[in-house]
Amino acid sequence: MSGTFTKAMARNIFYGGTVFFFLLFLGLTFDTMRVLPKTDNRHNLTPGAVAGKHIWETRNCLGCHTLLGEGAYFAPELGNVYERRGPDFIKAWMKAMPTNAPGRRQMPQFHLTDQELDDLVEFFRYTNGIDTQNWPPNIEG
Amino acid sequence: MKYKTQAVAMPYFIAAIALFVGQIIFGMIMGLQYVVGDFLFPEIPFNVARMVHTNLLIVWLLFGFMGAAYYLVPEEAETELYSPKLALALFWIFLAAGALTILGYLFVPYATLAAATGNDILATMGREFLEQPLPTKIGIVVVALAFLFNITMTMLKGRKTVISIVLLLGLWGLAIFFLFAFYNPSNLVKDKFYWWWVVHLWVEGVWELIMAALLAFVLIKVTGVDREVIEKWLYVIITLALVTGIIGTGHHYFWIGTPAYWQWLGSIFSALEPIPFFAMTVFAFNMVNRRRREHPNKAAVLWALGTGVMAFLGAGVWGFLHTLAPVNYFTHGSQITAAHGHMAFYGAYVMVVITIISYAMPIMRGRAANSERAQVVEMWSFWIMTISMVFITLFLTAAGILQVWLQRVADTPMPFMMAQDQVQLFYWMRQWAGVTFFIGLVTYLVSFFIKGETKPAMEYKPATA
Repeated sequence: MSGTFTKAMARNIFYGGTVFFFLLFLGLTFDTMRVLPKTDNRHNLTPGAVAGKHIWETRNCLGCHTLLGEGAYFAPELGNVYERRGPDFIKAWMKAMPTNAPGRRQMPQFHLTDQELDDLVEFFRYTNGIDTQNWPPNIEG
Repeated sequence: MKYKTQAVAMPYFIAAIALFVGQIIFGMIMGLQYVVGDFLFPEIPFNVARMVHTNLLIVWLLFGFMGAAYYLVPEEAETELYSPKLALALFWIFLAAGALTILGYLFVPYATLAAATGNDILATMGREFLEQPLPTKIGIVVVALAFLFNITMTMLKGRKTVISIVLLLGLWGLAIFFLFAFYNPSNLVKDKFYWWWVVHLWVEGVWELIMAALLAFVLIKVTGVDREVIEKWLYVIITLALVTGIIGTGHHYFWIGTPAYWQWLGSIFSALEPIPFFAMTVFAFNMVNRRRREHPNKAAVLWALGTGVMAFLGAGVWGFLHTLAPVNYFTHGSQITAAHGHMAFYGAYVMVVITIISYAMPIMRGRAANSERAQVVEMWSFWIMTISMVFITLFLTAAGILQVWLQRVADTPMPFMMAQDQVQLFYWMRQWAGVTFFIGLVTYLVSFFIKGETKPAMEYKPATA
């Protein structure tokens, strides 16, 4: 770094650059929030789906599964599980856990009521309808 | 030690290292669960082990950052810490809160924990890395604010150097962006969008300021290079970090229900994110090459250089590997992500915290540097841990490439679990690399207890530039 590029110049570029790009980020955020109603499937965010999200969170499902690709990579993607398996399979699966098959990965039994299972499935139905730019590449997630 | 209140950093560093050990033990449990699925089930299901693993990481890094700030800011400000009593009180509060949270994860079913801690009033739990119960989250904010008050007051009454200003900017940013942890709308897209304001703007934003400031501090001390030069570098590096990293958040907005333009913005800006890490590497090597003194603490110099290289590889190269939208379409949420996460966290944040510990701990124990023998053992631990982490990353990358191929690219895509069965070999190899990492960590612990001839800290004249 030559003598013509001073510390004061470096400092000014830092503050100027940071403020500029943060404001740009805020602008893009504002625009994203504006267009989200078209993609985020909010008209299917029913009271059941809201309750289902709460169940999803309080059982720490993300500790093993991914949802729209985010979470842990120990168990299958569930953003499209509604389409892949359908509501009845999901509920039967949850009730049958754990498999106790020796050496296989185990999912805990969460003792959800029928109503809670319905809410969870409703949440998966809502999630499945989010416009994810065609991700995942195929039904296997 | 120039100021006696800097010593308050010591318990923070000890707690950081102890929690680091816990983190790695739970990492090994999870690694084994990947191949022996029912290991420790139902006592410690995978999701519980993972919460403990990731939350311990965050908490011990925060201990490390706080300890570093308590050591660094008084020395930079040339004054005693504003309130060492507050710092010590916060240490015990944070440790107790952290320990209670971990015990809660381990011994209370998560849904019960959520119901008992007010999650029905304000739901914040059950989101990756933000699993902490509400009281813990509030505790983090309270501790962070009291800590920032203490550190800011210290700086305000003394010399305001660029290093401490940048460190404080990073720490204030850390506290401010954490507030988004309390925003959890039912709308999943919005939830995910602002969740990244904590996670991305931490690790690819303000934490880079903290990292660069800590690295700059240690480099001034061990090389004796003129402060003007180092501070100019520091500004350049953090400019590059934020200019690329803020809009770079877009690489998380490809497939979560957000508009398609993020694919362009996220790809372009995050493709530039390796640049600040490359600059950090060049910076570290450049300063060490231009050193004006031979500092007796060779281990600290090694950690400082290693931080630059491994952060560039883990965050820079492995980040770039899957950051372009057309690539990420196939790799998103696969073992490739896990590979990147491991090396990036180790290379950038684990290593920078160990760098400052390596530099400051001997001084707090009354000597300029540890004995030759202790340093040799510490440097062995550096190589064992670092090489193990390289292999963990390589094996996870191999598993990820196979997984992506079998499950997402092949003509007849395999279901998730079937693909997992096919990549077991790599999970086993990753597990052995993990065990080796643990051996490196034990070696690191041992290095603290090796005695030998040392020079007292005061004989070595600190930099005054």
